[in-house]
Amino acid sequence: MAMAPPRKGENYELRQQLNSEYREKRADAIKRVIANHTIGKDCSGLFPDVVKNMQTDDLEQKKLVYLYLMNYAKTQPELVILAVNTFVKDTADPNPLVRALAIRTMSILRAEKILDYLASPLSRCLKDDNPYVRKTAALCVAKVFDLKSELCVEYGFVETLRDLIGDGNPMVVANAVAALADIYEASLNLPDTPPTSPGRSSPPPSSKPNPELFIIDPPTLTKLLVALNECSEWGRIAILNTLARYKALDEKESEHICERVMPQFQHVNAAVVLGAVKVIMIHMKAVTREDLIKSLTRKMAPPLVTLISSPPEVQWVALRNINLLLQKRPGILANEMRVFFCKYNDPPYVKVEKLDIMVRLASEKNVDTLLGELKEYASEVDVDFVRKAVRAVGQVAIKIDEAAERCVGVLMELIETRVSYVVQEAVIVIKDIFRKYPHSYEGIIPTLCANLEELDEPEAKASLIWIIGEYAEKIENADELLGTFLESFKEESYPVQLQTLTAIVKLFLKKPDESQTIVQKVLQAATKDCDSADVRDRAYIYWRLLSSDPAAAKSVVLAVRPPISLPQTTVAPAILEELLAEVSSLASVYHKPAATFIGKGRLGAEEMQRRALEPEEENAREKALQTVVAGQQAENLLDFDADDEPQPSSAGGSQSLSMLGKGGISSSTISNVAKSTNPLDELMDLFSTASMTTPATQPVAPKSTVSGIQGLQDDRQDTNTTHDAFAGLTGLGSPPQGLGDGNGVTSPVQSQGQGQQSGGAQDDLLGLF
Amino acid sequence: MISAFFIFNQKGEVLISRLFRQDVKRSISDVFRIQVISNPDVRSPIITLGSTSFFHVRINNVYVVGVTKCNASAALVFEFLYRFITISRSYFSKLDEESVKNNFVLIYELLDEIIDFGFPQNSEIDTLKMYITTESIKSEMAVREDSSKITIQATGATSWRRSDVKYRKNEAFVDVIETVNLLMSKEGAVLRADVDGQILMRAYLSGTPECKFGLNDKLVLQKRYVSSYGNEASKSDDAVELDDCQFHQCVRLGKFDSDRSISFIPPDGEFELMRYRSTSNINLPFRLQTHVTEPSKSRVEYTIHLRANFDPKLNANNVLLRIPTPLNTTGVQTKVGVGKAKYVPGENVIVWKIPRLQGAQECTLTAEADLAATTHRQAWSRPPIQVDFSVVMFTASGLLVRFLKVFEKSGYQSVKWVRYLSKANGSYQIRVSLEYPLPRKTD
Repeated sequence: MAMAPPRKGENYELRQQLNSEYREKRADAIKRVIANHTIGKDCSGLFPDVVKNMQTDDLEQKKLVYLYLMNYAKTQPELVILAVNTFVKDTADPNPLVRALAIRTMSILRAEKILDYLASPLSRCLKDDNPYVRKTAALCVAKVFDLKSELCVEYGFVETLRDLIGDGNPMVVANAVAALADIYEASLNLPDTPPTSPGRSSPPPSSKPNPELFIIDPPTLTKLLVALNECSEWGRIAILNTLARYKALDEKESEHICERVMPQFQHVNAAVVLGAVKVIMIHMKAVTREDLIKSLTRKMAPPLVTLISSPPEVQWVALRNINLLLQKRPGILANEMRVFFCKYNDPPYVKVEKLDIMVRLASEKNVDTLLGELKEYASEVDVDFVRKAVRAVGQVAIKIDEAAERCVGVLMELIETRVSYVVQEAVIVIKDIFRKYPHSYEGIIPTLCANLEELDEPEAKASLIWIIGEYAEKIENADELLGTFLESFKEESYPVQLQTLTAIVKLFLKKPDESQTIVQKVLQAATKDCDSADVRDRAYIYWRLLSSDPAAAKSVVLAVRPPISLPQTTVAPAILEELLAEVSSLASVYHKPAATFIGKGRLGAEEMQRRALEPEEENAREKALQTVVAGQQAENLLDFDADDEPQPSSAGGSQSLSMLGKGGISSSTISNVAKSTNPLDELMDLFSTASMTTPATQPVAPKSTVSGIQGLQDDRQDTNTTHDAFAGLTGLGSPPQGLGDGNGVTSPVQSQGQGQQSGGAQDDLLGLF
Repeated sequence: MISAFFIFNQKGEVLISRLFRQDVKRSISDVFRIQVISNPDVRSPIITLGSTSFFHVRINNVYVVGVTKCNASAALVFEFLYRFITISRSYFSKLDEESVKNNFVLIYELLDEIIDFGFPQNSEIDTLKMYITTESIKSEMAVREDSSKITIQATGATSWRRSDVKYRKNEAFVDVIETVNLLMSKEGAVLRADVDGQILMRAYLSGTPECKFGLNDKLVLQKRYVSSYGNEASKSDDAVELDDCQFHQCVRLGKFDSDRSISFIPPDGEFELMRYRSTSNINLPFRLQTHVTEPSKSRVEYTIHLRANFDPKLNANNVLLRIPTPLNTTGVQTKVGVGKAKYVPGENVIVWKIPRLQGAQECTLTAEADLAATTHRQAWSRPPIQVDFSVVMFTASGLLVRFLKVFEKSGYQSVKWVRYLSKANGSYQIRVSLEYPLPRKTD
């Protein structure tokens, strides 16, 4: 065993051995050097002694010396020159393995000096008789490009590489394609004007290869399709990647590509299967023949299902991709829900993904089986998974109207268990069900209220309070129940405080006679003892609403909320398309565009936002205008930007506002708008803060704003939370009005309540100017 | 593409480190050690920190890690890591800390060959073994003799086969191995039953044989065919419906796609010819009836009834049932008619071993578990009962090999052998209903 414990003067001892006259001893010493390097010891001092052993007939020893050189060439650039002769000699060795080894190693020594000696051996190897040497040399071009791109351009290596695509050997083709793709990527990051390298008097050679070299023409396509069926699995992946980049000339060509790639679904390597899925998803866009599309999607399903039997890590990658594919084509796995049932011993990350996919596949036909499964999962021990399972029950209820009743039944059974986190999650979920199906399941309210003491998480508490407020007229002891929360008002978290406040105001509006005192108390407590500005502001709004015009207060607070639904997609459509073009990549696993997590100029939240909105950009200005108009007329106080996109309200708002600035709306319009609300001027200050901050502090889903703003949270809970955002807002306001309705009519005879509501939107405008 | 490859032990010490690209430094291994190995909260197999992504697979007591800085194909990285594990196993039987330490030179040599500049290259074990061997002397000789042949094979259209293979006796062995997946609900309904099949072949055939392989799969890959024939027809033919197949790279996929025939030039020696999946008409080899009651707070009683549901001429070997017990179990008394049963406290299961069970045979286990009195009952997730087994000459899917034809230009005769095996290893699960309410939170 070479990994001996360190001793004093070990390097000295090694040096002795490396210079020993016995071959065995030298070979052994080299192994020890490599072992030392592996565990992180610096062996650079032995450089000259190791290099001396380079000239040997023993291939294994040669490989080890080369390995050493790769690791230390950079630190000893002066000494690398010692090795050059041997390298150059080896690239002409009669043994092709040695030739390949030499050129492979030589091209990754990160030393400027050696690169100058590399050019001629490399061009020789690129044209070697032996395909093994050629395929190795093909990759060397990419390596050299990485180190010194001018060299590649100067010697025309990229052109040679391109010629290799026509090579008779499929492996060579695959490596040439891979190298070209790599160079293409790298050349995108190069500056257009080549840097002037010091020490060169002649005009510096361009470091950027001719971009035309990367364009695939139809003859090349034919070659690639032929090579695809013949080369190794890894080569197939490289070729599939290139096919994904190819822009088909017409529909016929797209069809042809799809047909030729389809057999790859049967490959045993998951990366090949997913690579084929990627190519087909891209080229299928151009296909219009219904029968072909049908047959493609049908053939795609079985291999995807088979991936679920892979090792867990591969399975997870497949599941994340299936999740994306289902967002685009929900039908492909419609009958396959059973394979996604969680096994008891699946790793947690796999289980969570399966859960999500099951909800996507839920339909009226399979909902009973699914609910049985979810109930089973809810009795497992992994708290996180159990919560997600309970949440899934709620999602199914919202997705399938017919199953809602059964879902409620399951949730009630789960509440029976009285396991704290199950109960809390169930309460949160039931709140959503009440939003979707108001007045349908009032019968369960007493059971929920009986669990009041069990709740200790803010979200669960807030949900239950919301339910009580919503159905205050039907709950006899609503004032008592809310009273208990009022008692501990000061200690509660802000979301709970906000909900308590709103719920008590609702109660007052519904049963004014009994709850006069309690509403007084809560308004007092919220305005005096509370240190959250949002809670105070909301309390002030209510207070003034109630004192000035109870009817208006009623229309605001008790307004009908917009219905919620389970969104089909968790990512914006534009991003979904982008991700589907990258199936099997990291981006598709994270459900985020690659630019968000790689490269220097990583996209910030704003950029993401912009990109998510891109397809709607044309409408954006119009929308912005409408938002203003809607603000005048609208019945909603705070939802000035809560249109139906899953975008975060605040960011979306500022977007529209900045668009507005460019749009050049005359400031007179704005002032007109502002004037129309003059009776409420005194409220302006309050409104500005309230409207701007409410999205961030809305009670039921504090997470949603954050996730929305970042735009890259892949938290699937968003399906619910985005709607929760509305829930929070509309707990106070009324449903967002269809933006199309607003056509700029300023009506001076608006009811006071409506006038007030417009304040939020206008005030933002004022802030802008 | 892959920028670096590491193997760590459980303490986070680097056993193997190999950088392929200059966009990462060696010190990146420290990041992995700190952020992943010493972080118990890590749940995902891919971790992205900054712009660097770490892909890891844990096996035995080592982490096999791939690092990339670009938007690499995640499936490719994991496939590569698993391929590396397979190759290592075939070279030194087990991949663990000790074997990595003992074979680090070999591992570097292998890495050099199977991946270049982050692009996986040739990973065919058969070819690799031609020029990378554990005994260096031999390799040296072999390499000098036919290195150009090796290189042709490593890149050729049939990279998996040498052209000069010679056997005195030409034989081919086919093993059909089916892993049965079963998930049965508490009520005894089959939630999921399917078969992951594997056809392994050991080919000892001379020259460059052209093989044709036929199954009773009725040449159906899609359900639409069956529906057009009707179920009756397929049953009378004993045809099996395969949901999906995957083939070794030697199989001509284009040909399979056009006329569903499986033709190939096999590698020499052992390889996995195909994998398949079947979900319809699965013959479940074992039926289980469970009756679990909790007569008092301190006792759980089990009656497990096992029936071998296959031909009496066949035998099941190594049948092993793992019956979970509550976490506060103090002791278990078991009584069995066949085999041996034992309570394993460390895993909270009763293990019932039956070395050999004839078809149609039935046996019963009764057990009583004593529970410790606890003030707060720990939530017990009631894991399912697992049945592990292997039944020789039985396929749960009903798949049969119809023919294997070998054509070679010299026209020799060859002998073919076929074996069948159905097994389960943790995948045959039956959920238990305990006739006492769900674990309650006691105040």
